[in-house]
Amino acid sequence: MGMTMTQKILAAHAGLDEVKPGQLINARLDQVLGNDITTPVAINEFEKAGFNSVFDNGRINIVLDHFVPNKDIKSAQQSKQCREFANKYDIINFFDVGKMGIEHALLPEQGIVTAGDCIIGADSHTCTYGAVGAFSTGVGSTDMAAGMATGMAWFKVPAAIRFNLTGKLGPRVSGKDVILHIIGMIGVDGALYKSMEFTGPGVASLSMDDRLCICNMAIEAGAKNGIFPVDQVTVDYLTGRSRREWKVYEADPDAEYEKTIEIDLAAIEPTVSWPHLPENTHTAKESESIAIDQVVIGSCTNGRLEDMQAAYEILKGKTIAPGVRGIIIPGTMQVYKTCLQNGWLEAFIDAGCIVSTPTCGPCLGGYMGILAEGERCISTTNRNFVGRMGHVKSEVYLASPATAAASALTGHITDPREVE
Amino acid sequence: MNAQGSVFKYPDNVDTDVIIPARYLNSQDAAELARHCMEDIDPDFVNKVKPGDIMVGGWNFGCGSSREHAPLVIKTSGVACVIAKSFARIFYRNAINIGLPILECEAAVDGIQAGDEVAVDFDTGVITNLTRGENYRAQPFPPFIQDIIRAGGLMNSIREKGGNKA
Repeated sequence: MGMTMTQKILAAHAGLDEVKPGQLINARLDQVLGNDITTPVAINEFEKAGFNSVFDNGRINIVLDHFVPNKDIKSAQQSKQCREFANKYDIINFFDVGKMGIEHALLPEQGIVTAGDCIIGADSHTCTYGAVGAFSTGVGSTDMAAGMATGMAWFKVPAAIRFNLTGKLGPRVSGKDVILHIIGMIGVDGALYKSMEFTGPGVASLSMDDRLCICNMAIEAGAKNGIFPVDQVTVDYLTGRSRREWKVYEADPDAEYEKTIEIDLAAIEPTVSWPHLPENTHTAKESESIAIDQVVIGSCTNGRLEDMQAAYEILKGKTIAPGVRGIIIPGTMQVYKTCLQNGWLEAFIDAGCIVSTPTCGPCLGGYMGILAEGERCISTTNRNFVGRMGHVKSEVYLASPATAAASALTGHITDPREVE
Repeated sequence: MNAQGSVFKYPDNVDTDVIIPARYLNSQDAAELARHCMEDIDPDFVNKVKPGDIMVGGWNFGCGSSREHAPLVIKTSGVACVIAKSFARIFYRNAINIGLPILECEAAVDGIQAGDEVAVDFDTGVITNLTRGENYRAQPFPPFIQDIIRAGGLMNSIREKGGNKA
């Protein structure tokens, strides 16, 4: 029986010729990741178990991104604990304030993750790196601790759902609309335990930023991972960027998929997920009566350069609606600097927005944009659960950067194709 | 190994943000975090829960963030077992890795109501509803995972196998 792309990567990293769905394997890891919330818990487990060495100091990544620059004393203590561990074990990819970015924007940008890799991260959105043709999945802190110590992790080999992409996205429709549309179709557990394998002639038209965004939210459909084939877009992205040689795995022609779902990219509309689940999708047009208090553009889902550009093209030369708070967060220092050089930050400020250094802050209700009772936010982040961005009676509407920027101008949810 | 206690029942798609909101994740102190367990959907839970009680959810329990703090606060609050129709995959891993017993059983979730007295036999996977006089059978864990649970979690199981020579 043939294997999917995910199964092939897992088989190779487990030293096996073949794996089957449901099989439990131990696989070798190319990269291990944690952040300032999950790494301290992993360090405690690592130390409690009595380990005194890491498997490879060049393959462990610790990124301070959730609560930095630190929002309070307790979060500062957690960052300090990460810093001390990174110093003690000479962790090469330790990213502190000034060098950091939001982890899933940073690692691909820096060429740390590459095609053919097997990666775990103690952050659910680690599934992002499937965009470059890697197997990558989120785990907990104990898995991170074990991964740092041994360079191995256990996996149950996933079955797969194939998404056959055809056509091409229309203007002001992006990867975010694709993944919200898919989650709306299959539900928040529609791909539970499974791989989401994106294939078909439509793949070629999707930029790397679109693919990173699509794979990022695979977890919001319950998936173990999302993955794209390696094509010219991938090779162009990795060339001059990937720090290691990459390896291309392709699904066998007779690979088995539980089902195939057809997605016509040309038919996808700007899409919005209403509270309190990402599967509650509506078109932006259907959402136009919803007034908003705050707009957040950023996060590991949509903090990349194309996201900033989409926001810039809509906000430039205009001002956001009275009473709306606009918060724009470039995902990495490199994205921030490029926005600065391009004059986009000035346009954001002139439009009445604030621009923050990279942080996960508002997405998870940490800081930098917490909502009060009854407030509504349209956000390019990934979750709209009860209390996710603040008060339990606040509401988060998930959307693309273009839809969020258009909504900032009008003060209510707006189809981005309806503004100049 | 067995558990017996009264049931706290929750709906489908209980996410880790409501199990332990991120606003508290500037701490790793399990006892301190456990004071906020479930507070956004059930503020009374922490006042009512007793050691040995059982939590029941629907489909996709523990979806969302990978925070291991979520199974940890449930365990620390005294809950002996979580029964759900299905678990989100990272929560499932984390519960096994930290030693919080979990069981998948659709019939049990449909049959059990909040406040029922329920007993669980982890060796056989039999769930007994003492209030309603019903029995349900959960899927047992595969041997690979039973080994991790028997060792008392992932780190212990790695140490038993010789670790990274630490």
